[in-house]
Amino acid sequence: MNSYIPLTHRDLLLASIFLAMNAGFSILLSLRLERQLIVSALRMITQLFVVGFVLKTIFTLSSPWLTLLVAAIMVTFAGREIWARQDRRLRGIWGIGLGGTSMLLAGTIVTVFALTTQIQPTPWWSPQFALPLFGMILGNTMTGVSLGLDTLHTALYRERAAIEAKLLLGSTRWEAVSAAHQRALRSGFTPIINSMAATGVVSLPGMMTGQILSGVDPQEAVKYQILITLLIGGATGLGVLAATFASAWRLTDNRERLRLDRLAAPRK
Amino acid sequence: MPALRIERLATKLIGPISFDVAPGECLALMGASGAGKSLLLRAIVDLDPSTGNVTLGLHARDDMPASEWRKLVAFVPAESGWWGDRVRDHFPSNCDATELIGKMGLAGSIEWEVSRLSTGERQRLALARALCRKPQALLVDEPTASLDDCATRLVEDLIRECCREGMALVLVTHDRLQAERMAKRLLRMSEGRIDRPSENVP
Repeated sequence: MNSYIPLTHRDLLLASIFLAMNAGFSILLSLRLERQLIVSALRMITQLFVVGFVLKTIFTLSSPWLTLLVAAIMVTFAGREIWARQDRRLRGIWGIGLGGTSMLLAGTIVTVFALTTQIQPTPWWSPQFALPLFGMILGNTMTGVSLGLDTLHTALYRERAAIEAKLLLGSTRWEAVSAAHQRALRSGFTPIINSMAATGVVSLPGMMTGQILSGVDPQEAVKYQILITLLIGGATGLGVLAATFASAWRLTDNRERLRLDRLAAPRK
Repeated sequence: MPALRIERLATKLIGPISFDVAPGECLALMGASGAGKSLLLRAIVDLDPSTGNVTLGLHARDDMPASEWRKLVAFVPAESGWWGDRVRDHFPSNCDATELIGKMGLAGSIEWEVSRLSTGERQRLALARALCRKPQALLVDEPTASLDDCATRLVEDLIRECCREGMALVLVTHDRLQAERMAKRLLRMSEGRIDRPSENVP
């Protein structure tokens, strides 16, 4: 089974033939896609070479501080992404802090739990295991949290008349926002539920495919994939729950009011 | 039933404002659009943060949970909000609203779909669902703004009945004649303040 076939630069060059053909067709048919095609292909190649180099350096140095630093950079980018993917965001520091913190908490708890009790590399924070695992968990949690918050904020804004009507008739803030909150939770959970249902039938997960290509026994690769998917599902759920509860709490107050003044106007 | 007392009530945009409404009294509140009438009513029921004291008899607003306060002091905004598909979803299950809805000329509407209601029907049903919960004071924001004369009369009769039962009532209206029909006292607002002490309506 252990039949890993290393690739040469010549292999990569050959693999680009069909993409180059597409660029040729684009010029012939004046689709004007050739520039974008080539630029994005070059970007992909450069970015991946850089990442490969950086990862190799980090793995070789194997320093806990460097690993932590890289994880922190990943969280910063993901936190910004959550912020950018919302149409209406919380005002001030809450805008980036609330989604980012929820994702950080859920992602860290689940990653550390998996590293210390299931995968158990030595040392437990070994960057070769910690960083890819954290990245996969973070990426999915980020999608869930941003969808959940975006749905919640839009719903609270659009349905403010109905929510305030409930409050006026004597509902508490949690009763009044519960319909909007449920919708937010559902939209945050949907991607992971859909992807779990389709995995293995419609799509073969990229990580598993990669392991199989590098010579790992498919049954072993499947076990890894199941582990990762379960962790991703757990972390996404925790992140979405934490973020939407915190945001619903922030957008109401203890006098049972809806506080849309704490929500910023959408981007133009 | 108790009196509604507002003392130095202020938000970022309006006030400070003070006035009393006796039990069974209907007080009319008038003023140009944007004068802060609706904001004043929102502040009284604590929908916007405010300072000052609001009391209903021995109950102080800030000493009780806001949800309990709003069961005592009902506010029916000019634009009503609906969350369920049917009118019935907006009435408490322990309340028989048939008579109340009938008095508004909307008998049978409890089974209707909210999405098919006209603005005027929504306005009347919003008043009904608030009264159904037996408040002790009532704040209504232009309750007849989109009603024809016949429906306006029905709503006015119902409001008078509430006063007879002893409710303290604040009625925001743009219609001077309605103020004269309904209220003995009138407050005028402009730029977030009460202009002068209340005038008696002829």
